[in-house]
Amino acid sequence: MSETLSTDVLVIGGGLAGTWAAIAAAREGAEVVLADKGHCGTSGVTATAGPGHWWVPPEGREGAVVDRLKRSLGLGDPDWMRRILDLTWTSLPTLRGYYDFSTDDEGRPFYRGLRGPEYMRAMRNLALAQGVRILDHHPALELLRHGDGSISGAAGLALRGELPWTIRAGAVVLATGGCAFASRLLGSATNTGDGLLMGVEAGADLSGMEFTNYYTPAMAGTNMARSMAYSFARWFDADDRELDIPNGPDVTPHLARALMAGPLFCRLDRVPEDIRRVMPQVQPNFVLPFDRKGIDAYRDRFEVTLHAEGTVRGIGGLRVVDQACQTQVPGLFAAGDAASRELVTGAISGGGAVNSSWALSSGQWAGAGAARVALGQGARADALVVATGRAGLRPSLAERPVDLRAAVQTVRDELNDYERNIFRRGPALAASGERLDEVWTELATHARGKGRMSLRTREAAALVAAGRWSKAAALARVESRGMHRREDATGLDSRFAARQRARGLNAVWTAFEPTVAQAEVA
Amino acid sequence: MIEIVIEDRCTGCGDCVDACPSDVLEVDARGKARIARQADCQTCLLCELHCPTDALFVWPDYEAPVGITAEQALASGQLGAFRRDSGWGEHAATHSNQHWRMGSIFERARLQAIEIAARKSVQAEETVR
Repeated sequence: MSETLSTDVLVIGGGLAGTWAAIAAAREGAEVVLADKGHCGTSGVTATAGPGHWWVPPEGREGAVVDRLKRSLGLGDPDWMRRILDLTWTSLPTLRGYYDFSTDDEGRPFYRGLRGPEYMRAMRNLALAQGVRILDHHPALELLRHGDGSISGAAGLALRGELPWTIRAGAVVLATGGCAFASRLLGSATNTGDGLLMGVEAGADLSGMEFTNYYTPAMAGTNMARSMAYSFARWFDADDRELDIPNGPDVTPHLARALMAGPLFCRLDRVPEDIRRVMPQVQPNFVLPFDRKGIDAYRDRFEVTLHAEGTVRGIGGLRVVDQACQTQVPGLFAAGDAASRELVTGAISGGGAVNSSWALSSGQWAGAGAARVALGQGARADALVVATGRAGLRPSLAERPVDLRAAVQTVRDELNDYERNIFRRGPALAASGERLDEVWTELATHARGKGRMSLRTREAAALVAAGRWSKAAALARVESRGMHRREDATGLDSRFAARQRARGLNAVWTAFEPTVAQAEVA
Repeated sequence: MIEIVIEDRCTGCGDCVDACPSDVLEVDARGKARIARQADCQTCLLCELHCPTDALFVWPDYEAPVGITAEQALASGQLGAFRRDSGWGEHAATHSNQHWRMGSIFERARLQAIEIAARKSVQAEETVR
């Protein structure tokens, strides 16, 4: 038994970008189905966080773009920056009635930042109000394409009852989030890079995959990567000696070096009293691990770790080729963290704010673009289609058990490890790539799961694939630029002042774009 | 990781089952939420937030369950704390959403870091003399 649907637009992923995409597609008059691996409203990294946005009044925009462009180190594009600033400014106020916007101390409505659980609840309700059909717990496993290469839908698994589904669509938006490389980053468990693998299998390519090394502190043993309070932190080693680590945007390498030397501890005793009092109502989840473990967050010393964010607060993802965020595959669009954010962030992290504005904007462009394609040509639901999924779904040789846990652990070891991923060197990157290649070959050759295990198998394949693209891109960029830091090639090298593409399954391929294609610094 | 469902509080409404992004929970034949796939829990705490009767308890460690009992959960005073601090349901009037303060809090941290750096540079100067 299986479930079969036909629609104009299929959105895969129901986080911030996916919901904005679904809403925009519905507003264009398209029939829209949104399939989420988990639950649209709680899935993804927005729901556990509190995203600000890149929220700049019109008179400040040009200055903001010039500043951001300078920091993008040659990889940003001022036109895309202007576009997301514009759309963020006009979009957030439209959530009135769905999100209870606060007013600041002067009584003005505060649109810039929204608390995650309430933001995603609002997005779900707005999508439903626009007539979007939401399928929760419906992970997509692969894309379907027509004989001419254009996208014709997707196939996946309904977790309840473990029933396969097929959805034929005139266009598909991949909004599957970033890939956190199975780190323990809060809210990222479903962010396993599925969309990157599905997209590349269908013929799309990637960009910026070397920028995957942003880290966030959390209490050791927990995933609570709400990091605001740590901007006041004092840091200590195991002997309780205070470490000379200045807080600020460049704190990560210092913390990583301390963690490579031994356990790292923290005191939050510099958080001002008035902030301590309001913290539970600013970030309700931040205080919970402390309260439950009986730790006085603002007095006691506690052990900390750093969680890797992969491409979440990293940068890389599917490359979009037009203003509607279409990939190079006709009918396949990418949005949010599933897409490369280099156009708006360049080589440095977009943090929460630029990334949220990108999710909001790219989601709406992708949704509207998908609707136009779908309404122009219809779902062509009777045409024969090709299933594009390979590794983990259709092994190339005899099916046999593959140790998925070990495969995922290899990804953690190679992609989250501080020394290998923050302080990068050519030989170590090459060695990581070789280890990941071995795991990939085993998965692609022999792995296939049934029922729920088909999802786990595909997730493992996607994690390994994303890890291989990241290592290959990091190896090829023999310089240090933005978050990509090569210990064996420090400093910028103008020969590499270009975005880098990646693709390939059995063999990974990367290439730098010609620099003439890059935006001139204003 | 999700540790326990307080059965006396659970009405079997299924809100937690629907809300879980990792599909960890089920409503069992007796009409109570049941932890069906504990190892899949990602410790996001959102089931607690979506439970209107505060019947679920998540322990902050993600690696493995620690075996919290219903009695321990009840005695912790933490059942429903996330929903309360978030101002959901009956807490709306007493616990407003103050997320909008984040920008000014980050700004305070930035200024504090500058002040500390300035103080340190003065101390370093004096040490040299």
